[in-house]
Amino acid sequence: MTETTLTQDATVILERAHFQQLLDALLQSGYRVIGPTIEDRAIVYESLSSVEDLPIGWKDQQEGGTFRLEKRKDQALFGYTLGPQTWKKHLYPPNVTLWQAKRENGSFKITPPEEDRQPLAFIGVRACELSAIAIQDKIFLESEFKDPIYQQNREGLFIVAVNCVEAGGTCFCASMETGPKASTGFDLALTEVIDGEKHYFVVNIGSARGLDVIKAITVRTPEAGEVEAAEARIAEASQNMGRTLETEGLRDLLFRNIENPRWEAVADRCLTCGNCTLVCPTCFCATIEDVTDLTGQHAERTRRWDSCFTMDFSYIHGGSVRYSSRARYRQWMMHKLASWVDQFGTFGCVGCGRCITWCPVAIDITEEANIIRQGDVAKTKEA
Amino acid sequence: MLSQPFRIETVHRESYDTFTVELQPTNGHDSFLFAPGQYNMLYVFGVGEVPISISGDPDRPENLMHTTRAVGTVTKAMAELQKGDVIGIRGPYGTSWPVDRAEGYDVVFVAGGIGLAPLRPALYHVLAHRDRYGKVVLLYGTRSPDDILYRSELEQWRSRFDLEVHVTVDYADATWRGNVGVVTSLIPKAPFDPLHSMAMICGPEVMMRFTAIELLKRGIEHEHIYLTMERNMKCAIGFCGHCQFGQHFVCRDGPVFSYAHIGHMLSQWEV
Ligand SMILES: Cc1cc2nc3c(=O)[nH]c(=O)nc-3n(C[C@H](O)[C@H](O)[C@H](O)COP(=O)(O)OP(=O)(O)OC[C@H]3O[C@@H](n4cnc5c(N)ncnc54)[C@H](O)[C@@H]3O)c2cc1C
Ligand code: SF4
Ligand code: SF4
Ligand code: FES
Repeated sequence: MTETTLTQDATVILERAHFQQLLDALLQSGYRVIGPTIEDRAIVYESLSSVEDLPIGWKDQQEGGTFRLEKRKDQALFGYTLGPQTWKKHLYPPNVTLWQAKRENGSFKITPPEEDRQPLAFIGVRACELSAIAIQDKIFLESEFKDPIYQQNREGLFIVAVNCVEAGGTCFCASMETGPKASTGFDLALTEVIDGEKHYFVVNIGSARGLDVIKAITVRTPEAGEVEAAEARIAEASQNMGRTLETEGLRDLLFRNIENPRWEAVADRCLTCGNCTLVCPTCFCATIEDVTDLTGQHAERTRRWDSCFTMDFSYIHGGSVRYSSRARYRQWMMHKLASWVDQFGTFGCVGCGRCITWCPVAIDITEEANIIRQGDVAKTKEA
Repeated sequence: MLSQPFRIETVHRESYDTFTVELQPTNGHDSFLFAPGQYNMLYVFGVGEVPISISGDPDRPENLMHTTRAVGTVTKAMAELQKGDVIGIRGPYGTSWPVDRAEGYDVVFVAGGIGLAPLRPALYHVLAHRDRYGKVVLLYGTRSPDDILYRSELEQWRSRFDLEVHVTVDYADATWRGNVGVVTSLIPKAPFDPLHSMAMICGPEVMMRFTAIELLKRGIEHEHIYLTMERNMKCAIGFCGHCQFGQHFVCRDGPVFSYAHIGHMLSQWEV
């Protein structure tokens, strides 16, 4: 394909055999390339340099409380759905130093850490995860204040999205209207197709930077049926979601059911372990720690991810505001599906299903919401 | 936002556990402009950072004041500090008391315990522009006579003819000659025109809930009652999630809220 014919709205084909070129182009442009790889029998998002680092030929089996990697029959590069980790780990790191301070002439001086960061490129971002990044952008970049650490990591981020052609057992992005196809917010979006001997990626270009990268690597014009084959696979995925969630009137439903007896039932099972918040790609709560060294001359402020499931989270003098596990589960779920809408104009849930898969007792947000809908106080009052 | 170092110019002990500090920036004498009801994050070197309302006069921004009750790790460490010591300040943050909206109305301040501190800037403002308001009433309740804040100032205020001050305590020994009982008991007889009043309440959550109920009974409208919420706060800028109260971030949507917005949530538990 000649360069002159390429424009941003072109759809091109990247052969599996040339996939390494994509990684090389990004690495050569100075990006730290991060993508899926296998560690401890799960998919994690870590630095990549070779296509061999990808989870080639693996898929995941996900259900409430279970995650298992299995061999696929084919050699798909992106044949899994989602692991426990999320990209927020790289944009909003779990543990960071915000500043250091030193006593000086009877006062003290605060110095933020030095900014020296390589731009990031994410490979293999799912549609639901793109939505989650857009949600965290609203929190950290689009409100009154900006978070400098998030901003630094986010600015210049290159995103290679990968559309889902198989939905996971706990997925419900179709319900949340966030997937399975990436529609915006990427530089490049790939759909992987394996068809007999053929193994290729349909590439959509989402930005001028994306176009530049495509121009630097070997791609070709699609042949008849190739793009359609990709679309058909995405459509099939959207029909095969492991879970569904009715979102019609959901915010109001939950607000009026704040005293629904169901909260008690789920609290009986919930261990308040906070796994669900740690694996969630949108959860943003954090806590601050101030410490000094032994001399008392140096101090440091760190920030680490926190969870609304801990007792300390809502502690004020006299005790925790949400002392029962009922109130803490309710806080979490109502935040995701109700108050988030007031705060940021979207749900705080993108339907990735991680909280269902990684809950040790398989509590399922879709099931809980559906049960509350069945036992809606508005309905029972009418009856 | 990074904290700026401020030097403690004076420490005034208000009671056995509560103290007021006056602060100056270490690098100059800049005024610290704020609206009544706003708060700062106060950082004690290496110990931690807590939200504390500004308790001084908004018309005297060269004197930044905070009144703090020592209850835990950070506030107790702060209580140990002396004149000349330095703490970190960032702010001011949050919403403010509706002192402009209250012009032309009677103003009812109801404070419980340390709750008088966040209200004091609004009182200063109203007294400084006394002609803009109708009757002004301060109802103040504490646990015991020993907990009463700003004693000499209260005495001065009490002697003014254009301000009604009523103080009550929950418990007292025989030497106390004032009211005994909860602050809500002062509301039925307080001299204000309920149909033409603006109320500002600050104190423990239960006290504010019952105060609002009494005020509503007298006929004040929901929209004319304001109160402050307290929640755990780690960032003050909408990032840490700790201060959530339903859909509200107390740090930036509050701490001052209209009862019309949040009143119904005060009777929901553990929100
Ligand atoms: C908007 C606002 C204005 C306020 N204004 C005033 C004011 O004017 N005057 C005043 O006196 N007070 C005021 N307060 C209350 C004041 O902020 C608290 O009293 C103060 O934060 C207590 O801090 P502490 O470290 O001394 O107490 P602690 O009880 O030791 O600590 C409270 C903080 O430490 C953490 N913490 C405490 N115990 C634990 C534990 N066991 N495990 C983990 N973490 C824990 C909590 O997360 C919390 O952040 C205000 C609060 C708010 C929200
Ligand atoms: S819902 Fe599950 S994962 Fe979340 S805190 Fe409860 S037990 Fe842990
Ligand atoms: S709430 Fe659960 S399903 Fe929704 S985005 Fe978070 S982890 Fe995924
Ligand atoms: S204090 Fe952190 S979000 Fe409000």
